[in-house]
Amino acid sequence: MKTETLAALQQARTERTAVTLVTRLSDAAETLIYLDRADGAMAGDATLVSAARRAMAIGRSETIDFDGQKIFLNVYVPPPRLIIVGAVHIAQTLAPMATMLDFDVTVVDPRGAWATSARFPDVKVIQDWADEAFQAMGLDVSTAVVTLTHDPKLDDPALEAALKSDVFYIGALGSRKTHAKRKERLGEVGITDEMFARVYGPVGLNIGAKSPAEIAVSILGQIVEVRARRLEALAGPKVVAA
Amino acid sequence: MSDALDVLDQVGKWKNSGKGVALATVITTWGSSPRPVGSQLGVDDSGAMVGSVSGGCIEGAVVKEALAAIADGKPRLLDFGVTDEQAWDVGLACGGKVQVFVEKVS
Repeated sequence: MKTETLAALQQARTERTAVTLVTRLSDAAETLIYLDRADGAMAGDATLVSAARRAMAIGRSETIDFDGQKIFLNVYVPPPRLIIVGAVHIAQTLAPMATMLDFDVTVVDPRGAWATSARFPDVKVIQDWADEAFQAMGLDVSTAVVTLTHDPKLDDPALEAALKSDVFYIGALGSRKTHAKRKERLGEVGITDEMFARVYGPVGLNIGAKSPAEIAVSILGQIVEVRARRLEALAGPKVVAA
Repeated sequence: MSDALDVLDQVGKWKNSGKGVALATVITTWGSSPRPVGSQLGVDDSGAMVGSVSGGCIEGAVVKEALAAIADGKPRLLDFGVTDEQAWDVGLACGGKVQVFVEKVS
């Protein structure tokens, strides 16, 4: 690997940009392929570039045979992100659990007494309204959003913004009754029933969770499941190597 | 994925401090190999390691090839077949096969 390639990979991580490093194994020639550009020896090969982008989409590195050459596609994708709206008790266990699973966690709450680094060590804490915070962060397809405040004033704008983005998961805490009322309120701001169907609510897997920590497990289990199913679907049928 | 980038961070630090460095990457796996494709091991010219390509069973051999790659600058493609018996001998239940690409950071 060239030192310039190493620097480019490190920069991509800092910027949360996905990149595939394509290495021709015969001579270690390198090409960096991003979503919007490609740099290096094989950057002009459209077939290779699209193979590299597909690998990036499903987050899977692999070796391919290409024009009689062995080519290794090494995918470097930013870690999935979890945005927790509501710096509440469940969030205090959900944040560290998600961090252990390599999620990049941010807690958002406009209430100063709740959104503190003392309550949430080791994760990003933003003291702001969710829709404002989302705009600054930029929601993307590797992001999950979960609302936990129970307060429509805080949860609804977050859900509305998340539903207008392509985040891979949206979950909202609250009973079936609360969820039905939520659907009505969001309907009034232009969220159709079809759009609202993306929201997992009542949030989490049905594992009989009672305590805040158990609810955090059920939410995280659901996020892991939704993400895995999505990546499986993108990857297509599983190919078993001989 | 963050693991791989932590390996690259250390490799970059070694390189910046003037050390000879090689990078080994798992490029293909068959069966129940312990580390997925894309896993990386960085090696400096004193044999210090960061990361892993197998969880222990082939690191010794990979480091040897990495030191050779640092010396002659040539990339190498290594095949390892870990039989169940060998796996038991070294105390690992791998039982898989891996292919590892080793190259100098230049």
